Amino acid sequence: MSAHADTHDAHDDHHHKETFVTKYIFSQDHKMIAKQYLITGTIMGVIGVMMSLMMRMQIAWPEEPNVIFQALLGKWAPEGVMDADIYLALVTIHGTIMVFFVLTAGLSGTFSNLLIPLQIGARDMASGFLNMVSYWLFFISSVIMVLSFFVEAGPAAAGWTIYPPLSALPMAQGGSGAGMTLWLVSMAIFIASSLLGSLNYVVTVINLRTKGMSMTRLPLTIWAFFVTAIIGIVSFPVLLSAALLLIMDRSFGTSFFLSDIFIQGEVLHYQGGSPVLFEHLFWFLGHPEVYIVLLPALGITSEIIATNSRKPIFGYRAMVASILAIAFLSTIVWGHHMFVSGMNPFLGSVFTFTTLLIAIPSAVKAFNYITTLWKGNLQMNPAMLFSIGLVSTFITGGLTGIILGDSALDINVHDTYFVVAHFHLVMGISALYGMFAGIYHWFPKMFGRMLNKNLGYIHFWVTAVCAYGVFFPMHFIGMAGLPRRYYTNSNFPLFDDLQDVNVIITVFALIGGAFQIVFLYNFFISMFYGKKSVQNPWRSNTLEWTTPVEHIHGNWPGEIPHVHRWAYDYSKPGHDEDFVSQIVPLKEGEEELQH
Amino acid sequence: MTALLSILVLVFILVAIWQMVKIFDLTQSVNARSDDQVANDKDNKINGYLMLGFLAFIYVITIICFVKYGDLPLMSNSASEHGPGIDNLMIISMIIIFFVQTVTQFLLHYFAFKYKGEKGKKALFYADNNKLEAIWTIIPVIVLAVLIIQGLFTWTTIMNVNEDNDPLVVELYAQQFNWKARYGGADNTLGKANVRLIDINRANILGVDEADPNAQDDVITTELHLPVGRPVLFKMRSQDVLHSAYMPHFRAQMNCVPGMITQFGFTPTVTTADMRETPEMQDKVANINKIRVEKSKDLVAKGEQALDLYTFDYLLLCNKICGKSHYNMQMKIIVETQEEYDAWMKSQKAFKDSLID
Repeated sequence: MSAHADTHDAHDDHHHKETFVTKYIFSQDHKMIAKQYLITGTIMGVIGVMMSLMMRMQIAWPEEPNVIFQALLGKWAPEGVMDADIYLALVTIHGTIMVFFVLTAGLSGTFSNLLIPLQIGARDMASGFLNMVSYWLFFISSVIMVLSFFVEAGPAAAGWTIYPPLSALPMAQGGSGAGMTLWLVSMAIFIASSLLGSLNYVVTVINLRTKGMSMTRLPLTIWAFFVTAIIGIVSFPVLLSAALLLIMDRSFGTSFFLSDIFIQGEVLHYQGGSPVLFEHLFWFLGHPEVYIVLLPALGITSEIIATNSRKPIFGYRAMVASILAIAFLSTIVWGHHMFVSGMNPFLGSVFTFTTLLIAIPSAVKAFNYITTLWKGNLQMNPAMLFSIGLVSTFITGGLTGIILGDSALDINVHDTYFVVAHFHLVMGISALYGMFAGIYHWFPKMFGRMLNKNLGYIHFWVTAVCAYGVFFPMHFIGMAGLPRRYYTNSNFPLFDDLQDVNVIITVFALIGGAFQIVFLYNFFISMFYGKKSVQNPWRSNTLEWTTPVEHIHGNWPGEIPHVHRWAYDYSKPGHDEDFVSQIVPLKEGEEELQH
Repeated sequence: MTALLSILVLVFILVAIWQMVKIFDLTQSVNARSDDQVANDKDNKINGYLMLGFLAFIYVITIICFVKYGDLPLMSNSASEHGPGIDNLMIISMIIIFFVQTVTQFLLHYFAFKYKGEKGKKALFYADNNKLEAIWTIIPVIVLAVLIIQGLFTWTTIMNVNEDNDPLVVELYAQQFNWKARYGGADNTLGKANVRLIDINRANILGVDEADPNAQDDVITTELHLPVGRPVLFKMRSQDVLHSAYMPHFRAQMNCVPGMITQFGFTPTVTTADMRETPEMQDKVANINKIRVEKSKDLVAKGEQALDLYTFDYLLLCNKICGKSHYNMQMKIIVETQEEYDAWMKSQKAFKDSLID
């Protein structure tokens, strides 16, 4: 046990005076910071989802006046007809917000902060101050990203991948002026925030585990957060460098990514750079980012499925190994986004090989989840439903990766709606389900109250049906060759027969989007008026449920408990209850599972 | 009208949600126990059955999609020599995906139904089985090995352009927001070009080197004509931002990158005229025109112009976000017999004659 814990005496939870500001705003307590992340992430999520609904309405009923557009987009929707520029801006900011602000910061930020100290048995993060700085940098970057909607020529509109030259040249499109500058500044701050957070998570997991909490006894949540943080530390700096070089090209006349450009009647001075270089740098983060989003969701799911199945997670070692394998492979597959970028076809072959390898650890994970359910005693809490939902969308979305990862097949479905359907299911919806599952499961830990389960059931079932309703047919319009990011398809009579599918998709999206209100209502009302929770409502083994319901500094009032077993002794023969907390010593003659 | 409808739907949903919320508030205040928000046997049962229902929903939506939209243009009727190779690989992959999807979703949802919790029941303590895990590691390895090997063969055949068989060299030139094609002329050799040589006043819009002897007989067009059966080697250029030359019917795509020349080669196998005659295409066109006629009725009623009827043409689409009019950056492709192609080529102006002094 580290010296850190010894500095806290028992019952010293009032050891320094708290004001409103230190408790709720500039808090250094990991539990409060987790809540701050969650609420900021939720607000960004609402914004991001509303953008996607507007895009869907435009695609289903192109160029028709819509009072929603008029109300929300103002000058960008003269007489309620959406402008083509703002459509691309919505595409861009929706992607950026959902990937980074909701599913990276909102998901990792919330649950890594909440669970790492609680599940490894630590008083707090290694550095509470860094943690606070990390949140506030995230907050600033969120504000800047949202504010970019209010600049004269509009926000960034070059797609969330911001490929230059489109993103580099203000004359190429309106959004590449001040809007893009704000995007780059916001992302640079975001990356700083993410790195501070990740460093903190890694250091905490390595150094602050309580006595007995060996790496092989860690819950899979912690393994997932730990590995995610490492991927972030390895890959986010590369995006930062790409963003900085792009800022150089945009504002200081360098030519890292630009060469031989003639636009609006003039030749620009840029010479010798290459946009393909940017694509490499971007996707060196961009692909691992998918796993930064997904792994925490899979970690959360592992924990929830085991707890609610009342069974040990099947194949703990294989689960850890597959997390590590996915993490390693994720850093050497980025080129599969660039099969038709003009890079050497031989590289395409290499990336096809490495990409399809990822299917192996993914398959292991999926089968292990299914086997965990087998002969379980499944408690159908909302968190469990979302976890099963995650496994379902992870399989459906993951399987089409076999097509996209295969360079020969990618030629023809690259940048079509097939891709949109694939990644929304496999990382968007799956990670969102993981986040919802985490919220339903750990809400009592965060707020001491329970979410209403019946609202949770409605939320899950409508969301689940709508998610498939939106993204399943979308594969088919992609296979019909419809490119993504088109403001309207009406200039291509070729695609006229896809319009009715697009309307169906939009209707599902609107219903699914509207029903998120059930969740928001449940979330914010239960926070104050929900049923008070018991200490361990889900009868779970992990350490966080040994802390008092009411939050205190340092998490445990007395000494930090010691750990004697792994986290998954559910329904173990020889015990009366169907769960055995990690702090219960092994009985005489009881064997710890060799895992 | 549709907008109004969508808003109405939204409002109704909101009202419905509001009502439900009130109901649940009431149920909440009746029960006083604090762990009553944890699933009980009744919840487990209901949700277990719903899981079965959801499995059915997934199967139904799959079947509907395949029956209704399963006539996939990207899996049949390719118009290039390498197309069937891609299409076969696609079909193999789809069959594997379909099989795995059907089985795993069944197991997942069926187990969720079958093992739904009951008070007093104890789950099986079953933490590991190396044999099982080895099985579901090795099976994907074998399946993927097959897919990877076939994929790489297909990819290499497509991407390694064979320049020995005298391909027709065509430059695809992209700019915001249109396409141009440049042919090498009688010598089938493109003249040198760079955007720095663009001279709008002399109508040298592609920046072709006027001093290059190879450039003199180049031909610049706004439609892409290709003779059937002859290999074509495309050289792609862009003058401003990234574009992507996407020719779905030929299973061809390559980005156009400012500052570098990219390439893609294929051999068209079906003329536009022949493609129009295929029964599949006639069905598709008839269907599209039915939709367009319906839409035209609405438009005419509103006092607007009716839509033109659709006739099939191969298309080159831009498939990389490139700015405001990205959604309308296209070029018609016409595949024709060698004679038709020669006649068309004859009617085009050579580069040196197209310049303005």
